[in-house]
Amino acid sequence: MKTIHVHIVSAEGEIFTGEATMVFAPAQMGEVGIAPQHAPLLTGLKPGGVRVQRQSEKGDQEELYFYVSGGVLEVQPKSVTVLADSAMRAKDLDEAAAEEARKRAEEMLKERTSAVEVATAQAELAAAAAQIHLLKKIKKSAQSR
Amino acid sequence: MAVGKEIRTQIKSIQNTQKITKAMEMVAASKMRKAQDRMEASRPYAEEIRTVIGHLRMANPDFKPPLLFAREEVKRVGYIIVSTDRGLCGGLNANMFRMLLKEIIDWQQQGVEVDLCLMGRKARQFFRRVNVNVVAAVTDLGDIPHVRDLIGTIQVMLDGYREGTLDRVFIAHNEFVNTMTQKPVVRTLIPVEVGDQEALQTHWDYIYEPGAMELLPGVLARYIESQVYRAAVENVSCEMAARMVAMKSATDNAGTLIDDLKLVYNKARQAAITQELSEIVGGAAAV
Repeated sequence: MKTIHVHIVSAEGEIFTGEATMVFAPAQMGEVGIAPQHAPLLTGLKPGGVRVQRQSEKGDQEELYFYVSGGVLEVQPKSVTVLADSAMRAKDLDEAAAEEARKRAEEMLKERTSAVEVATAQAELAAAAAQIHLLKKIKKSAQSR
Repeated sequence: MAVGKEIRTQIKSIQNTQKITKAMEMVAASKMRKAQDRMEASRPYAEEIRTVIGHLRMANPDFKPPLLFAREEVKRVGYIIVSTDRGLCGGLNANMFRMLLKEIIDWQQQGVEVDLCLMGRKARQFFRRVNVNVVAAVTDLGDIPHVRDLIGTIQVMLDGYREGTLDRVFIAHNEFVNTMTQKPVVRTLIPVEVGDQEALQTHWDYIYEPGAMELLPGVLARYIESQVYRAAVENVSCEMAARMVAMKSATDNAGTLIDDLKLVYNKARQAAITQELSEIVGGAAAV
């Protein structure tokens, strides 16, 4: 039976590699089935399951499932590559993550101002302490007289 | 014997420190190997996506996605700075920050403003004291960085570029040359540079679904993410290598200290014995 080489990778590492007789993937425009000798195809993937049908070592058909949360599917006559996203993605999720990163930067800037505040407070404290010290000295000398 | 009590406690405490540095060295060594494996694992994805971008660019030469083309005028640049969360790794972070400071001052002298995206606690601590605009920060990535933790900072930079507030984005991280050497590098992240157009002069093309124009921006964003992820992972292996070397020299230094102190201790002990003997002999002679 003719087979096609399947390669499922994410940015964080390889997920699956091997030969398959048929691959199904949740493409943006609808689910696609890829058989060996498929024409070159490039498409985006929606979140969903990628099914890989292959002959097991015993000789009977088996089907493997891989969940992808999106990504890109690249097909060539002899190979299928799934570039899977390694994280859950959605426009608003990305925005939320961006917002969080921004917030952290702002917090940091706030800390920066608080560092300045601490410095001024320390300077004031030192000045006050010096004044008290001087007053005590004056008092002492007044008593001894 | 009361001789050299202080020296003995000192030796003991240095021995304890040595045990800790030795342990840290070994932990760093094993973590470094794992980080290198992860670096290796991220390579196929990056290579694959690079070829896909090459094809997409060939498919419609007229379409110019903003992420791919440099803007002539540079008014504001962005830096994503990858640093470590923890210290005790030699001059790893300090070297990079020093190089970056120089670059930032260069830009500012040209009248170009600088926005920073900070990754890692050390960058946060350092750039807090520098007069720059920090737009995003992420800390506590740990020894195993995840793409999902990085997306936020990348998105801030992508937004900035799309809105036209940023004209160029760089990424600064440490490059793993070998265990002994880590080199701070700054690379251009946006506009995306995809080299080797020659290699892609093929006669066939993909079927694009939907059009190549719709696919390209998403693929480019993923490419940038994979680059940032790789930088983060590479920085972890640099951190571990640097820590390993730093801890090894600390252990060696503790060893020399202990040897020196032992010599001093033995001399003092011997001197005390000699003195005691001569006192006894002197006493016996006097009787």
